[in-house]
Parts: sequence; C-alpha cells; structure tokens
Amino acid sequence: MIPKITVNNLDFWYGNFQALKNINALFKEKVITAIIGPSGCGKSTMLRVFNRMNDLVEGVRTTGEVLIDAENIIAPDTDLVSLRKKVGMVFQRPNPFPLSIYENIVFGEKIHYSGTRRDKLDGIVEESLKSVLLWDELKDNLNKSALSLSLEQKQRLCIARLIAVKPDILLMDEPCSTLDPQATARVEELMRELKNNYTIIIVTHNMQQAARISDDTGFMLLGELIEFARTEDIFTRPKDKRTEDYITGRYG
Amino acid sequence: MQRHFDEELKGLHKEILKMGAFVQEAIHKSIESLKNRDKNQAQEVITTDDKIDELELVIDEHCIDLIARHQPMASDLRFITTGMKINAELERIADLAVDICQRVLELVDKPLLKPLIDTPKLAVICQEMVRDAIDAFVSRDVALAKKVAVSDAEADKLRNFIADELVNDYLAKDPSTASRAVPLLLIARHLERICDHATNIAEDVIYMVEAKVVKHHKEEL
Repeated sequence: MIPKITVNNLDFWYGNFQALKNINALFKEKVITAIIGPSGCGKSTMLRVFNRMNDLVEGVRTTGEVLIDAENIIAPDTDLVSLRKKVGMVFQRPNPFPLSIYENIVFGEKIHYSGTRRDKLDGIVEESLKSVLLWDELKDNLNKSALSLSLEQKQRLCIARLIAVKPDILLMDEPCSTLDPQATARVEELMRELKNNYTIIIVTHNMQQAARISDDTGFMLLGELIEFARTEDIFTRPKDKRTEDYITGRYG
Repeated sequence: MQRHFDEELKGLHKEILKMGAFVQEAIHKSIESLKNRDKNQAQEVITTDDKIDELELVIDEHCIDLIARHQPMASDLRFITTGMKINAELERIADLAVDICQRVLELVDKPLLKPLIDTPKLAVICQEMVRDAIDAFVSRDVALAKKVAVSDAEADKLRNFIADELVNDYLAKDPSTASRAVPLLLIARHLERICDHATNIAEDVIYMVEAKVVKHHKEEL
C-alpha cells in the first residue's frame, strides 16, 4: 500500500472553534476514499485542508502534518499554486466559468504556462474531454458557452478542467448531490475510471454512494475521525458503536 | 433514535421464530412416529410440510423487500442476510423430517429389526441442537451457538456407531435384512444432517452477532 496523503495529529480551528481534532489517517494512492458523517462533522473542512482552501477563511489555524508525497503541505512556505494544481477540487454545484467549453478546459494551462501553442491546447481539450467521456458529445460545439450544458455535463466539464492541469489527487465535495440518479450513476462510473490514474477523496452524505464507489471509508463525528477502514468492513462490521449508529440511521 | 425500520425487523424476527416452531414440531413428530410406529403421525408431517415451504417463501420475500427498500447496513444487514440463511436451513431441516417420515412409512408394516436404542439418543441430540440454535438466534447468544456447533461432533460419532452396527451386525451377515436395515441407516443419516443444519444456523448466529465468520473454521470456536 502506497500512502498518497498521510495525516498526522491534524487539528484545525475556525477562530475559537475546533473543527478537526487530532486526525490521523493514510489515504492510499489511486483508490477512492469516502468521508462520511453528519453535517458539521468536519468532513468538508478536512477535504479543504488538503489543498489549503481553508486559507481563504479569516482566522483559521492548522497544526499537525499533512504529507502529500512526503511534503508537509501545512508548512507556511508551501507553494499554493502548485499545490492546487496537484490537488484539484470538484464542488457540490458545478461551477464552470462563463466562457466557452474550450476556454474552460484550457484555463488552468494558460494560467500555469502562458504561451502554450494552439495545437497543444487542442490536444489538452481533446484528452481531458475524452477522460470524462464528454468528447463525443461536445467535440463539435467547443465554442459553445459552458453555461449552456446540462448539470451533469457541467460537473463532468469541471472534472475535465481539473484533469487538464494533470493533478494527482481529486477532492470531491458532494459531487453528485445536485444530479439525478442516472447522472449520478454515470459520474460514479467516471470516478471508477479515474481512479486508475488519480487518488480520489469524496465527501458524501449519500451512504449508498460511499458504499458503492469507495475502497476505503472514514467516518467523522464532531471533528473526530472515529473510524477509518476498508469500505466493506465499515458497512458490514463497523468496530465503533458510533459508526454503527450513524450508518444504520440510529444516530440523532 | 426510534426507527420505523426496527418494527419491520421485529416482524421478520417473529416470522423466523414461527418457522423455527413449525420445524421443531415437524422433527418432534417425525421422531415420535418412528418410536410409536405411527403411520398417521408420519403422514401428518409430510402433509404439513407445504405450510413450511410457503412460510419459507414469505420470509425470503420479506428479506428481499427489506433489503430493496431500506438498503440496510452493518448489524441490520447481518440480521437480514442471516435471517435468509437460517430460513433456508430451517426449510431443509423440515424436508429431512419429511424424509424420516417416509422411511417410517417404509418400516411401519415390517417387523422391527432391533430395539431402537441409539437412534432415539441421536434424535435427542438432534432436537436439542435445533432448539439451542433457534434459542441462540432469538437471544443473540453466542455461547449457546458455540455449544451447538461443538455438539455436532457427538452427533457424527453416534451416527457412525449406528451405521457400523447396522452394516456389520445385520446387512453383512444377512442381506435379507436390507429392507429394514437401510431405512434405519437412512434415518440416522437424516438425523445427522439435521444436526449439520443446526450447526450452520449456530455459525450464522455467531456471524450475525459478532460479525465473525466461523464457517469452515471450527478451530475458531
């Protein structure tokens, strides 16, 4: 097992409120890890620690270690631009830029490397759209506004936009919560494809989704990581009673 | 938090208990019909097996329905899947009680080959194992389930003893005893198979309660 992300004694505060309490976990490379737990348990906060998105919030404090490929990304001198290139994030509501499909995908490439040749950009667009299975649908309409796409297409496009900058890790925060069951199933299939090349961490309220697609699952409650194990063990034989109560609907 | 689902699970629990009661009655009557050479009682067990078959289907459907509608997890999932397995084991036990009664009908008009001594002993072990396996399920009693699983060796030993005696003392010496010895041999086999199914139930109960698989790993008991 190769750990892609190693979390050691991670604590996190929003002002005086401690949102993460002494988290220790290993996220394996090229597997899907699901983080489940009730609202406010800290799962999205933890996800946002991994690409330092929380830095955008005033008054936050982080202690401990988050090692990505042996580099502690909590360290103050971390290069956030290259971190966020390496660790991409997909949000609950797809958020394409109000630009064409083409421009959405090459946006990151243009920011990171200005002056990339058109033929290289074309190649990136094709490769990225193919990897999210959108190429055949959109190849003739690449100049169309991304805002005109369906919700599912928008979410796929956002994933393609991430893939275009060649990240290692994809963080997904409730990526299917606005999608209907068919679109959800298709995005889940896409995630299974993507895990061959990327380490995926998904936060989800949908326990069946976590059970279906993830290899490992972590259960969080009140800022603590209560249990972290193989998904099949979490959903058939959880060790902690709090996990059992949550996944069987007895919590609350 | 109180869950509506708990009421549904209680309903399933009651159905499995009802199945257990029917099956225990079938075994009891099959053994009584053997001891008393009672044709009517044997016939009654054969006839009432349809009721058990029907209940098996009802329980199966109930389990599938609960899985489809509630997508149970953890202990709920283990309870329902174990319930399905126990249901199948109980139905097989009832079929074996029917098999015993069919052997009784073959024997009843013929003179007794020998006084029945060890077969009733095996029948007692068999009834105790089934009763304890069902009780272990009801009370989620792992210690009792383990006791059932361990008793199986005793049943095997007694079955072998009965078989050796029938083969060596009767069939080998006088093949004309076959029509009376073979049904007795089969009855011992049916009883021992019932003990195997009781053992399976006990192993399922251990999985249900402790999430531990002991099936095919008797050394872990």
